[in-house]
Amino acid sequence: MNIGKDLVAASATPLVLAILAEGDSYGYAIIRRVAELSGGELQWTDGMLYPVLHRLERFGYVEARWATAETGRRRRYYRITSEGTAHLAAQRRQWQVVDSALRGIWTEMRFAFA
Amino acid sequence: MNELTDALEAQIARWRTWLRRQPALRPADVDELEGHLRDQIAALLEAGLAADEAFLVAVKRMGRLDAVSREFAREHSDRLWKQLVAAPDDDAPGPAARTETFVVLGLAVAAALAVQLPRLFGHQFGEGAFYALNASLFVLPLLTAYLAWKRGLDRARCAWLAAPFAAAAVAVNAFPFTPGGHTEVLAAIHLPIALWLAVGFAYVGGNWWGNVGGRMDFVRFSGELFIYFVLMALGGGVLTAFTIISFEAIGLDVEGSAQLWILPSGAMGAIVVGAWLVEKKQSVVENMAPVLTRIFTPLFAALLVALLAAMAWTRSGVGLEREVLIAFDLLLAIVLGLLLYAVSARDPLAPPDLFDRILLVLVVSALIADGVALAAILTRISEFGFSPNRVAALGENLVLLGNLAWSAWLYIRFVSGRGPFAALERWQTAYLPVYAVWAGFVVLAFPLLFRFA
Repeated sequence: MNIGKDLVAASATPLVLAILAEGDSYGYAIIRRVAELSGGELQWTDGMLYPVLHRLERFGYVEARWATAETGRRRRYYRITSEGTAHLAAQRRQWQVVDSALRGIWTEMRFAFA
Repeated sequence: MNELTDALEAQIARWRTWLRRQPALRPADVDELEGHLRDQIAALLEAGLAADEAFLVAVKRMGRLDAVSREFAREHSDRLWKQLVAAPDDDAPGPAARTETFVVLGLAVAAALAVQLPRLFGHQFGEGAFYALNASLFVLPLLTAYLAWKRGLDRARCAWLAAPFAAAAVAVNAFPFTPGGHTEVLAAIHLPIALWLAVGFAYVGGNWWGNVGGRMDFVRFSGELFIYFVLMALGGGVLTAFTIISFEAIGLDVEGSAQLWILPSGAMGAIVVGAWLVEKKQSVVENMAPVLTRIFTPLFAALLVALLAAMAWTRSGVGLEREVLIAFDLLLAIVLGLLLYAVSARDPLAPPDLFDRILLVLVVSALIADGVALAAILTRISEFGFSPNRVAALGENLVLLGNLAWSAWLYIRFVSGRGPFAALERWQTAYLPVYAVWAGFVVLAFPLLFRFA
């Protein structure tokens, strides 16, 4: 399934913050986790993740540091901050409102067309 | 799986090089993206893909690089601006860049001190002609030294480069000029023009002949340096004004010392620092002079056409006044500057367009104007005889006329599709030494010819 660009962009922030709330991570692993969570349906263009991460860093929602992984490769690890956690909570409430509204109308439509 | 093949490494290196060229991406960003690419490739190799397949898939997943770099630019728009100020030169290793900074600052300070030195020996700014005659000798040798150092000129060439400066220093200070005389003023005006050729020689790394591209780069360098210098002069003016005002507020009058120290030393240092900035920022601000050229070429063309029309209407030759003639010479010099920078910024392969026609109008009207000015000068000479000023004006006009006439011819050929644009470029850069040689002649031969009058 091809998910619209706007929807991908809108969901990127809560998804990334939620994944980082599970634990510190780096770009490639975040992409893998998104694919895993969506069953492979949500395909991001890998390169586009980094501007998103940098924006979250500028807002102070995440912190970044370079560290060497056990494979010997240097990676930039991101960690969610308390502001990021607060923002995630706010995003979650917003998405729940949208989600429940959509659920409501989906249900009614099922009755109408059933 | 960590052992990637050489071919794969080469492919990754190429991909990385492309990313490095994107202004919105910092080296750390490139590292981060490369790490991602390598992780992706490793995973794909593990899944059983061949190396080149893994690379292709990983690159594809990364997305179109221009789109990614645009996204970075949107997030870090400040970086595109900061390039204008002080982008670290990532390709040059740190120590080399730092050495250059020290060399430049050292030379700038040396120039700033050099201009103060003669004051110890009783010369004063604005008193006598000493500073007017020697102004270029305080900074141009140091600027040349910087460029010679940067280009790695060998000793023989350096010695050759030192000769014109030494000759000029001896000549202007040993000649027994009549104080305030014409030849003295002419020498002071023409010396920097003559010595600028020596700067150019160092700029192109000693390889002047048969190096059209290098000479054109020197033209661009000169224009950008001028713009940087004007900008720094504006800043320096503000600094001086604040210095004077703020010390005045606490009851100290520093206006005199500001004029003695900040202005002359600042101007000398600014030339060296400006040259360094132009060298460093070639790729960033190189287009200021051409942009100004684009704006002012149509305006000057209109001015010249209007001037010629008005002269025809009123049936007056150029008024025979000297000031008018000097203004006319300056106008022609500006036209040539416009032509030179228009040529420098043009893609030689592009077909002629409207701007070329405007430029042609400018050149042809300048040619007519030059003819009028020449007639006026010849009238003056036949009426009042030879004087240093008249001969200098005559020579300058002939030099300009020679350039304009041949340029017009080449331009007409180009616009009518019968000649390449490159011919014009070659002509303009080949002509550069003529100005310097004439200026050198005015400095060295005029005083002797006219008995230092």
